[in-house]
Amino acid sequence: MSEVVKKFCYLNRKAPYGTIYAWESLEVVLIGAAFDQDVTLVFVDDGVYQLTKAQDTTAVGMKNFSPTYRTLGDYEVKHIFVDRESLQARGLNADDLVQVAWEDWETGEERENIVEVVDAGRVTEIIEASDVVFSF
Amino acid sequence: MKFAIQINEGPYQHQASDSAYHFTKAVLEKGHEVMRVFFYHDGVYNASRLTTPPQDDRHIVNRWAELAEQHDLDMVVCVAAAQRRGVVDEGEAKRNGKDATNIHPRFRISGLGQLVEAAIQSDRLVVFGD
Repeated sequence: MSEVVKKFCYLNRKAPYGTIYAWESLEVVLIGAAFDQDVTLVFVDDGVYQLTKAQDTTAVGMKNFSPTYRTLGDYEVKHIFVDRESLQARGLNADDLVQVAWEDWETGEERENIVEVVDAGRVTEIIEASDVVFSF
Repeated sequence: MKFAIQINEGPYQHQASDSAYHFTKAVLEKGHEVMRVFFYHDGVYNASRLTTPPQDDRHIVNRWAELAEQHDLDMVVCVAAAQRRGVVDEGEAKRNGKDATNIHPRFRISGLGQLVEAAIQSDRLVVFGD
């Protein structure tokens, strides 16, 4: 759809249901897939809660949009990075997070899980290497 | 340089729209281009023409509209965010069976693709919000 391919970084910083930022960020990712850009998602601070397993929103009466994260591999998302310190500070680890599979339809290349826990230094490098940072 | 601006917060509640306005005005005065101003999340409320602040305060909506008029700015309100929050133009009112509209005529409602496109086509996307 676009001849320019930029490195897009979606920086997700907020918990999923306290505010609408997480859900509306996801909507940009889903729509943005049509533009065939090089897309990376980064989760830091309370944003790491967005990827946690077994979310149940019944009691708060809000839509549980967490199943959508597992499908992101089908929406041109190639990399998902989670900040290790943010996880640790909240008593979480990689096992608490959903897995996101990815497959390249053209080459047949597959990865079982593109969610990677990384150090803050790597997060900085990823942001620096991006052409566009959508901060939510 | 070619800028795109994203505003994520509503008027008066938060400084984001004020900061974005001053930034946009400053870059235009320096001779840069602003190819789009995109209103997202509660930022869509910046487009309500029914906004009525006290007379001794700034009028955030009209101020954006005047800047847009002077510089022919493309001010886009996200349709999904607007529908959730009741920011409506004639097309949306008809489609969704609403009995009123409230968008200022200097703004237009369109999709998130306009934000992604702005990010691709501009040299810098500058985001204002929390």
